[in-house]
Amino acid sequence: MRHRVVITGMGIVCPLGNDVPTMWDGLMTGKNGMGYTTLFDASTFPTQFDAEVKNYDLSRFIKNVKQHANSSRGSQFVIGATAQACRQAGIDFETDSPADGIDRKRMGIYLGAGEGAINDDAFFSALVDSWQEDKNGPDWTKWVKTAAQKMRAWQELEQEPSLPASHVAILTGARGVSRSCLTACAASTQAVGEAMMLVRHGKADVVIAGGCHSMIHPLGITGFNRLTALSTRNDSPQTASRPFSSTRDGFVIGEGAAIVILETLESAQKRGVTILAEIVGFGSSSDAFRVTDMHEDARGAVQSLKMAIADAGLTIHDIDYISTHGTSTSENDSIETKAIKTVFGQQAYKIPLSSPKSQFGHLIGATGCAELITCIMAIHENTLPATMNYNDPDPELDLDYVPNKPRKAKVDVALNESFGFGGQNNVVIIKRFQD
Amino acid sequence: MRRRIVITGVGAVTPLGLTSKQMWDGLLEGRCGLGTIRAFDASAFDCNIAGEVPEYNLRDYVPKSHRKATKLMSRDIELAVIASHEAVQNSGFVTKAHEGQHPTLVPTRTAINYGAGLITCDLTEMAQSVKHCITNGKFDIHKWGNVGMQTLTPLWLLKYLPNMLPCHVAIIHDIQGPSNTITCGDAASYLAISEAAEVIQRDSADAALAGGGETKINPIGVVRQYLMNRTNCSSNDNPAEACRPFDAEAAGTIISEAAGTIVLEEMQAAKARGAKPLAEMVGWGSSHSLNVDYVHLEPNGNAVQIAIEMALQQAGIGPDKIDLIIPCGSGIACDDAAEAAGIQNALGAAATTVPVWPIKSMLGHAGSAAGTLDIIAATLAIQNGKCGKAMNFQSAMPGCKLNILQQPLEKRFKYVLCCGYSFGGQSAAVLLKAIED
Repeated sequence: MRHRVVITGMGIVCPLGNDVPTMWDGLMTGKNGMGYTTLFDASTFPTQFDAEVKNYDLSRFIKNVKQHANSSRGSQFVIGATAQACRQAGIDFETDSPADGIDRKRMGIYLGAGEGAINDDAFFSALVDSWQEDKNGPDWTKWVKTAAQKMRAWQELEQEPSLPASHVAILTGARGVSRSCLTACAASTQAVGEAMMLVRHGKADVVIAGGCHSMIHPLGITGFNRLTALSTRNDSPQTASRPFSSTRDGFVIGEGAAIVILETLESAQKRGVTILAEIVGFGSSSDAFRVTDMHEDARGAVQSLKMAIADAGLTIHDIDYISTHGTSTSENDSIETKAIKTVFGQQAYKIPLSSPKSQFGHLIGATGCAELITCIMAIHENTLPATMNYNDPDPELDLDYVPNKPRKAKVDVALNESFGFGGQNNVVIIKRFQD
Repeated sequence: MRRRIVITGVGAVTPLGLTSKQMWDGLLEGRCGLGTIRAFDASAFDCNIAGEVPEYNLRDYVPKSHRKATKLMSRDIELAVIASHEAVQNSGFVTKAHEGQHPTLVPTRTAINYGAGLITCDLTEMAQSVKHCITNGKFDIHKWGNVGMQTLTPLWLLKYLPNMLPCHVAIIHDIQGPSNTITCGDAASYLAISEAAEVIQRDSADAALAGGGETKINPIGVVRQYLMNRTNCSSNDNPAEACRPFDAEAAGTIISEAAGTIVLEEMQAAKARGAKPLAEMVGWGSSHSLNVDYVHLEPNGNAVQIAIEMALQQAGIGPDKIDLIIPCGSGIACDDAAEAAGIQNALGAAATTVPVWPIKSMLGHAGSAAGTLDIIAATLAIQNGKCGKAMNFQSAMPGCKLNILQQPLEKRFKYVLCCGYSFGGQSAAVLLKAIED
């Protein structure tokens, strides 16, 4: 038996705002979430800016803040996003006796969740204290003295990428299938796609799906800076994320969490909750090319696109809008454009596509689901988010990127794509709900 | 008609050896793979024993076309590559890795679902960069931004992303179908293998590589585990008896490193290519423990119970049909007691008679890889019609009524149940069935 799967709730915490209306209003009014780094002293780093979540207050979303007080930034964000989504979907949380009509054994969790930040003080201090010049390495006896004194059990546990889901389980009482995945920048699109499969094939009635991540910490920025993946436009953070422009020089790192509630149509109708959209297609593939580069002909991206469209039972002519991965890196934006042209042919020129990363940055593991939420809003409002900072067109990239201004357009079917470092590609398709 | 899933290949690299055969022989002999840590000088650490993989030559497992990329492999990735090499050989598939031969594996119809852990960077390499960033005996982040980070290799980050385990394996064997990295701590293997079975069942692929790989044997990993009160720190001079699943004297687990990979296939496809199915995967389930301490299971083992019940329900059998259980049995007293309670509640009357064979006393706890080792042991028990005995088990801990195997067993096993759980609460079960002629 194959179930239709619908979306009945959504929640977001991102650099444009800590709920869906604020985020959407920010997209529609040309705001962005970029600024100089405040979470640590990045003043000598190649990149000194990012897109941070601001004024986040967990007590706005839940009662028992204490229960989650010792949690990573990503976990804190995902708790807030889950609370928003559950409230919209009429799912009770923070209670031992939920009255929402959902069997907790049939309620699952699927997150594309990032690891928590390392304890910098313990990490760097222990290496400094134990350095032996003559041996060109640390003295582990000295190392462990500092490390054991500075490391905290909870902080170590919170680095585990499985922990955000643990917080969501405690918050909601979900007792069904629970999985987390971490396929780099594609993680939460993959989580939502696989969660849809669990619901479609009867493994759960409801799945809380999405992701969370914050890599805005010294080692995170170090890693991306060394890869030269980040924009270094330190004199202009606000215009640094410029997907598909010829002057793009890398992505702007963001952070946050995004959650959608997926549910069988029967369950949603039985509970009488508002249906926001139907989720109809999922495609996943592996480049199997190189861990450092995307396949030059976009082999993996093409396959995931074709697979998702076929899975949805649609054709290329049914797609009204594409929310791109659009990172603002030279490689991604070129190869992504090539993939779309390969799959859609001449039709590619007729489909508007854009990248909200130009406004809220690249939320890494959380980004796919955040962008899926913008697709839900696009269908709901019949309005497309723009690709901002598009002032220097790249002659090779000649599709309709919805430059600089949101646009009114009839959107019944939206496609969201995410591609991860290493070559894991994921595509999800949603549709306006019709009974 | 429902697509049936069979296991057609296994591969494991563990403290008991570089192949699944060496692991199996060691388990039957009751050999212990734990010992004093050799990877670094851990003599001043509260716990300084672990289960380390014997020395290997990575080049033996990587085709020429991918040799250059070996410098981007952290040890977790290396272990995954080695285990996957054996699993592919064992399945009889010819892949791109067999240079000069015509591949029989269809790239776009093959998936990979792999469990991975939180990978720690090479601390000696990191220290060599950090040494440039000291001012008055303290770490100086300004110097880090200006100088220190520039001394790290540009591709540094790529060695430590958990998704790189399946990415490297996919490149080596040319696997272009659905690819996922499951990061559910110690339950990662179970959940990756379950998802791979679902990917085949829903017709998104005909074959899949699935499993998990991890090492926590580095200074941070070792300290992290004992800070969380998971490790036995009182048995440093007696590693062979340190990990005591379900025993009254259980005092913590011992961490180890490993990777395991299995090849799953749709049954008709496997038959059509003349492969030998080793076991059928007939049920799987998972649930979440709800314990606000986030480290250990809730005492009644409710999540383990729900996961087992789901697996039995999917297979359409009652608990009395189970012939053998390979549990998580970490050796952590409160978790073993909770797991025993969960199994007992799921199995009812059958719980006191079904033989239970915990294997972590010999293998240690390999984290994200652990569940695959359980499933490979179960597969080989079915294939060989025997299993070994529980080591370090003398008398049951309070509340444990399970029939922990005190003697090796020779028997035709029809159904074998494996179960596992993680810190953080993810819990899972997988049920295997012997192939019937």
